Amino acid sequence: MVSFLIRRFLLSCIILLVVANLLFLMLHMIPGDPTVVALGPRSTPEMREAFRHMMGLDRPLLEQMGLFLLRLAKGDLGTDVWSGRPVLSMILDVLPLTAMLAIASFLWAVLLGIVLGCVAVMQHGKWADWLIGLISIAFVAVPSFVVALYALLVFAVALHWLPAIGAGGDDFTSQLKALVLPSFTIGLGWVGYVSRLVRAAMIEAMGEDYVRTLRAYGVNERRIVFSYALKQALLSVVSVLAIGFGTLLSGSVFAEIVFSRPGLGKLTYDAVISRNFPVVMGTVLVTSALYLVCMVLADIISAVLDPRVRSAL
Amino acid sequence: MSDQPLVLDIEDLTIRYGGVISAVDNVNLSIRPGEVMGVIGESGSGKSTLAHSILGLLPKSAHIEAARFRLSGRDVNAMDDSERAALRGPLAAMIFQNPMTAFSPIHRLGQQLSDLLWRDGQMSRAEKRERIITMLRRTGIADPAAKLDAYPFQFSGGMLQRVAISAALLMQPALLIADEPTTALDVTTEAQILHLMRELRDQSGVAILMISHHLGVIAELCDRVAVMYAGQIVEEGPVEAIFAAPAHPYTQALLACEPALIRERQGRLPVIAGEVARPGGPGCRFAPRCSVAEELCRQASPPVRPAAAEGQRYRCVRDLA
Repeated sequence: MVSFLIRRFLLSCIILLVVANLLFLMLHMIPGDPTVVALGPRSTPEMREAFRHMMGLDRPLLEQMGLFLLRLAKGDLGTDVWSGRPVLSMILDVLPLTAMLAIASFLWAVLLGIVLGCVAVMQHGKWADWLIGLISIAFVAVPSFVVALYALLVFAVALHWLPAIGAGGDDFTSQLKALVLPSFTIGLGWVGYVSRLVRAAMIEAMGEDYVRTLRAYGVNERRIVFSYALKQALLSVVSVLAIGFGTLLSGSVFAEIVFSRPGLGKLTYDAVISRNFPVVMGTVLVTSALYLVCMVLADIISAVLDPRVRSAL
Repeated sequence: MSDQPLVLDIEDLTIRYGGVISAVDNVNLSIRPGEVMGVIGESGSGKSTLAHSILGLLPKSAHIEAARFRLSGRDVNAMDDSERAALRGPLAAMIFQNPMTAFSPIHRLGQQLSDLLWRDGQMSRAEKRERIITMLRRTGIADPAAKLDAYPFQFSGGMLQRVAISAALLMQPALLIADEPTTALDVTTEAQILHLMRELRDQSGVAILMISHHLGVIAELCDRVAVMYAGQIVEEGPVEAIFAAPAHPYTQALLACEPALIRERQGRLPVIAGEVARPGGPGCRFAPRCSVAEELCRQASPPVRPAAAEGQRYRCVRDLA
């Protein structure tokens, strides 16, 4: 287990290094002069030159890359071009908000998705199964912006139950309230996806020989479904959800813009628009790192659930 | 013995899938307490369907009809699903063909075994554990307490089949249904498992319904045997009588194909030509493959006749007795 974690950590570092280099090259390939975008069309050539020098853009590419990686190794993600604030502290400021959003979306997806999937399995072939199937596919099919707009219209504008924008105040209740709509918007598609996934995995599990054994001993069907088939179904759901977390993070960009919510996504978006390279690099790297952490977490969870995986580690 | 009800009493059992094709056709089968009954037949002869129907494990698409269907004197025909579920275990317990897949791969064996003992709700966990350990030891598993914390993938097939047999015997069933319990095992393990089953029968007096396509297994273990072909029992009787003087042409052909019984060195091993026919239409179901079939065989349904030995019956148009 320990050697597995060490291996995964080293692998993750290598992946991050590759991501950092690709990112660096990609940003340099964006058409247009970054200094013009940054300083505006009316800036003088002298101003641009001074800016270029300040950013280190006048040095050879390889040297720039080397300097960047060197700083990265020291944990320094650079400074914001405009405010001069360290990028790392900017990210750390908004990270909890995005983490909350992602976790809340996850909870929607997992709790609702698993419950719907289980009901569908218990009612297999009956109208409830059919209805849940229809709803699930609708959840997956409806674009997030439609969900976002209707959720805003109904719950914020018409009913005044929940705030339309922002991340809430200092107290936890208002933060929680501000979390409901954006997380619902991101999570809804996943609810449908997870419910279909759980249903399919559980139907497969219910056809296994060991379920026949349990039935041959008259074991309660409810117990078979919840403590045997569900556990097996969760194994396949966990690995898919881990990959889905990446989609969830990119989904947060959209939700944070629509709901004017500070967060990692909004920070990234604003930085891309204003060519604030250090911030873009920082946020994308942190997002990649989060994604890698999730993959490792998924492996650990499946090791906890599946003794065969555990013994192979 | 005679005042005790039959452990299994089936009369005129027919199981159909999709209305037309009968997987099991007009089967009569009875097992006395403590008796070991063998059912032998090729793949697709309906022997597993028959075994699964006893516990109500067939899929919903199966349509079951029987004039009489009793387990230890209790009419299974008249029961609903939950009543039938309550019988599984105490009246009849089953062990399956592949022990490697008969247990959940992600649950500890101890948990699975105690889940199977769900009926004894009053029994404490420690008590259940104690009973399970005792039974595992009885079926020849060393250090059973440690094995309870292990997972199925850490066991060999033979060990798992021993565990499955323990699970079945923990139910103290009147009837143990064994659906090809040694088919997935290697030959030495097979012999051990058969030996164990015979030992347990002698000790506990449990009746056994042994499903197999292996003549050696049947000869080794059974008191009586029923030969199935295409959903019908074509011959039935005491094992010695049937092995000594098989009456039905199919049984004769089956015995001729048994490698252990082929006496001389032959260039080619004997086979029964053709495949199990799709049931349906009049006449004997074995007629297309029968070496002695006559015109009459293809037209009339063969009657069940008594054979030379006592209790031996066969289904054929010709009187061979």
